[in-house]
Amino acid sequence: MPFIPHTEKDTGEMLEAIGVSSIADLFDEIPPELMIEHLPHVPPAMGEMEISRLMRQRARMDGSPMCFIGAGAYEHHIPTAVWDIATRGEFYSAYTPYQAEASQGTLQTIYEYQTMITELTGLDVSNASLYDGASALAEASLMAVRINRRVKTGRILLAPGVSPVYEQVAAAIAGAQGLSFERLPQDAASGNIDFAALPEGREPVAVVVQQPSFVGTLDDVDKLTDWAHAEGALLISIVNPTSLAVLKPPGQWGEQGADIAIGEGQPLGVPMSSGGPYFGFMTCKQKHVRQMPGRIVGRTTDLEDNPGFALTLQAREQHIRRSKATSNICTNQGLMVTAATIYMSLLGFEGLVRVANTSHANTALLADGLTAIKGIERLYDGPFFHEVALKLDRPVAPLLTALSDRDILGGFDLTPVVGSEALLVCATETKTEADIEACIAAFAEVMAADSA
Amino acid sequence: MSELPGDLLYTNDHEWLRREEDGSVTIGVTDHAAKALGDLVYVELPEVGQDVDEGGDMAVVESVKAASDVYAPIGGSIAAVNEDLADEPEKINADPYGEGWIVRVQPSDGVDESKLMSPDAYQQFCDELDD
Repeated sequence: MPFIPHTEKDTGEMLEAIGVSSIADLFDEIPPELMIEHLPHVPPAMGEMEISRLMRQRARMDGSPMCFIGAGAYEHHIPTAVWDIATRGEFYSAYTPYQAEASQGTLQTIYEYQTMITELTGLDVSNASLYDGASALAEASLMAVRINRRVKTGRILLAPGVSPVYEQVAAAIAGAQGLSFERLPQDAASGNIDFAALPEGREPVAVVVQQPSFVGTLDDVDKLTDWAHAEGALLISIVNPTSLAVLKPPGQWGEQGADIAIGEGQPLGVPMSSGGPYFGFMTCKQKHVRQMPGRIVGRTTDLEDNPGFALTLQAREQHIRRSKATSNICTNQGLMVTAATIYMSLLGFEGLVRVANTSHANTALLADGLTAIKGIERLYDGPFFHEVALKLDRPVAPLLTALSDRDILGGFDLTPVVGSEALLVCATETKTEADIEACIAAFAEVMAADSA
Repeated sequence: MSELPGDLLYTNDHEWLRREEDGSVTIGVTDHAAKALGDLVYVELPEVGQDVDEGGDMAVVESVKAASDVYAPIGGSIAAVNEDLADEPEKINADPYGEGWIVRVQPSDGVDESKLMSPDAYQQFCDELDD
């Protein structure tokens, strides 16, 4: 979709047509006391040469450490073709096209994306994406309230393994709209949901479970899905898209399947980039589609019976429903979605299975090596996917600093999350056996030096 | 415009009300509203037993181009909803004053007719909008 800027003449003609003398006049309803005239903390503008030099300096400070951190964003190999194609002029826009007659290629890309995401999650319909995984939880919770109108509590029950960051974001967005988020009990030994202690009769609107969990464990999602439905709640699943190549898709959980599946799309061809931009995905059962936020591309036929693509089910979106829209923050991350679509088509399902299996095998190798070191053991016993929590006999933070000095990002410090010294490690398919051995050796040295 | 049924009362939100013998009030949208919305594809109905405030949202009618709220012209509780609309929302287009009824409300404080329009008054209201 080409970007066509306005000339001064265009702008002048448009302002004249609506009877306004300047662009500033369009904002004159904003009270002057709310206008900020200058931003003292923002440095003066730089030229291209200066900003390039600054960015190169900053990039050098990052170095190129080996990364064993997951915890929500994952380093996967991205074939060069992904961003070569995604940044072509025809695709290079973050915005969803409304004009079907001018945007068939982009619309078809989104349609293909939606098809792939529904196949991965095993649910019926996908939207064109959301802002990121964490805000997708807020959107899914608000969506559940609209669907499950019989339940007036606004209560969302979170499995113990739901990311604390996702909870914070969801509470920040949806908390002021009458929703409350409560945790389900955890079995301390396994890290899993404590089914024996599940609270009955809390009248939840929805139950949320993250699989694999934030701390790397796998829950009995079939049992939880059936429990949620028996309690009159919807089941919202947060899933890692790579893991769906080898784990049961949410659409097949329990007797009836999950109602809504969401997650972070970053592992599908989007670089970690210090935290963003990423994209969130969302799929649901067909019967809930009218309450799904965001844009949906549909396939149709034109007057001459040629296949074509157009945005569909728009009647509840913000450009029509204004404040009553299903969402007003359903930013579609079009460019990231384009990359993900290309990534998935290049890998195919078989390729994604290989990525998932190799990541699992690498993490298992890393965990075996690390737990052979005195002072490191598994925090929980159960199976894991490509992340595993470890318990340490000493403070984790200084250990990570010492590893960082050896150019190794040794994991995510879980201590504040679980309340004892713990570390979450991840080794994706990007790590070779030699990388993993080097990491284990560095851990052993740093631990030995610390004990000495 | 087609003939307006003479036994109904009307609102300036293009809804109609029929007072039933049991004291309840049947509510729908007028032919004018149905034509303006275009072909209806979905109707979101309230729960039976739910309380509604005068002027509050009660249902949503959705066409291919817009989703519009149906406001409660009187306060009360929902006595019945037209379940047929779940599968056949087009009944609102085909027969807005008959099979296309939307809800029946049991009013909490009766019906204040001074806030509603007679068929003639509503006809005039629509004519002025069309001018």
